[in-house]
Amino acid sequence: MKRILVGIKRVVDYNVRITVKPDGSGVNLDGVKMGINPFDEIALEEALRIKEAGGAEEVVVAAIGGADCQQQLRTALAMGADRALLVQEAARVEPLVAARVFLELARREQPLAVILGKQAIDDDNSQTGQMLAGLWGRPQATFASKIVIQEGSARVMREVDAGLETLEVELPAVLTADLRLNEPRYVKLPDIMKAKKKPLDVLTLEQLGVANRQRFTITRTDRPAARQKGVMVKTAAELVTVLRQKGLLS
Amino acid sequence: MNKVLIVAEHAAGRLSPSIARCVRCAATIPDAETTVLVLAADGAAVAAQAAAIAGVARVLHVDHAANAQALAAVQAPQVAALAVGYSHVFGPSTTFGKDLMPRVAALLDAPQVSDIMAVEAANRFRKPVYAGNAVVTLEVAAGTQVVGTVRVASFEAAPGGGAAMIEAASTTAELPTHTRFVALESAGSDRPDLQSAARVVSVGRALGSADNFKLVTAFADRIGAAVGASRAAVDAGYVPNDLQVGQTGKIIAPELYFAFGISGAIQHIAGIKDARTIVAINKDAEAPIFEVADFGLVGDLFQVIPELERLLGGQ
Repeated sequence: MKRILVGIKRVVDYNVRITVKPDGSGVNLDGVKMGINPFDEIALEEALRIKEAGGAEEVVVAAIGGADCQQQLRTALAMGADRALLVQEAARVEPLVAARVFLELARREQPLAVILGKQAIDDDNSQTGQMLAGLWGRPQATFASKIVIQEGSARVMREVDAGLETLEVELPAVLTADLRLNEPRYVKLPDIMKAKKKPLDVLTLEQLGVANRQRFTITRTDRPAARQKGVMVKTAAELVTVLRQKGLLS
Repeated sequence: MNKVLIVAEHAAGRLSPSIARCVRCAATIPDAETTVLVLAADGAAVAAQAAAIAGVARVLHVDHAANAQALAAVQAPQVAALAVGYSHVFGPSTTFGKDLMPRVAALLDAPQVSDIMAVEAANRFRKPVYAGNAVVTLEVAAGTQVVGTVRVASFEAAPGGGAAMIEAASTTAELPTHTRFVALESAGSDRPDLQSAARVVSVGRALGSADNFKLVTAFADRIGAAVGASRAAVDAGYVPNDLQVGQTGKIIAPELYFAFGISGAIQHIAGIKDARTIVAINKDAEAPIFEVADFGLVGDLFQVIPELERLLGGQ
């Protein structure tokens, strides 16, 4: 079956203003609103559109994390995914481990593409997709702003520093979604009801044969150096004067 | 002794300015010796530029037709093959480095630190998380090979004046053919490069139309600045994608940053908080951008920009 595998990460909602715990042990997550990583939502939307256009027959979503990730997987099913997989793991999972999990899932599911968000908005790492492609020995097209699935290959436009780069990659491949790839659909109430009946399987790292090897210790979490609020000027002329005084404009 | 390998970003025979910043970052690792690796179809010119950066001990260049375009799938096996014996393998935290380095890390089975903003020890690094709203210190076991991308806005460029040894190198790594370069659409302009410019003029949704963008570019040209934009302006289609500044766009650290009609979402602030001086012009006196601006002016960009031009033109 022509299948697309999509990664879903449960992260703090992008509207939440994150605060750092005074003792430097981390950020405050108690009672904070959680959601699907926005880039993963875009990845899922793209997979659904590919399926709707006849380029795939099944969309499978997968998350790694605690049992509460089921909320985000149910949302993904309500958006239109056909099946969900939760690789349940309570401890912190680093990108190399996440990539190994997705490698095992890719071996089991044999997808024509794995689509992930280009980065998660919590750790801002942007690693998992590229690592998966490296471990899998398959092409990668990161930061995608346009994906066209063809017979046996995909043409992907990427947002790079110099502009827009187009690559052609043989399938299966790993694609990571950038902001402007699409605008994800809203979930409708009947779809939420329907999603409750869709299959959601829970797996463990052991079942996949992946060890949760942690290479990093997070020794401290600090508040960033804050910028001081400056001065308000009243006119453009005053602005030019102060900038000249500071030697910033001639 | 620590050995740092920096993978060079380059295009059209020119080394990216991000590499001199990576060299500066590498120099903050105790007892480190830095090698720059140039993968190119013909890397002699780029290698010479890398060799001139102070603090570079050695430049390796692998000349291969497959390296005509920087494809991560093609470059990663070569970098991994040549990275043996290096304690640190770094690239810039640009789309080039973000694309390539994790693939290298996977091949090396080495942990990666993304967006290194400070080196505390050879095995301890600081990086921003949550769009820069927190900074974590990450440590790996001593002696672990580490892959990293360097947050270029956090480091000044290393100066010139170096005279590193240049050596041709080769690898027996198998290079895949499953990924092909098709095209690069680049707006290409004579303006300074957004990521390394000393002055940047950015605009937000208040621009109102793509047509109005020339007002901003004219002012940028007047003061020799690069142009940038908020996500809102890019999403509205007023300006090209590659001008986006912020958490998911470009992270910049100019001497002088003008924000015209940018409200100041945390994702945008994440991209400019290292700017030396931030100047914000916004109609809304309550706009959050004023909380981080060194100088703020409540006003309409369509009135303020022409007035600034007039005032600066009269010198």
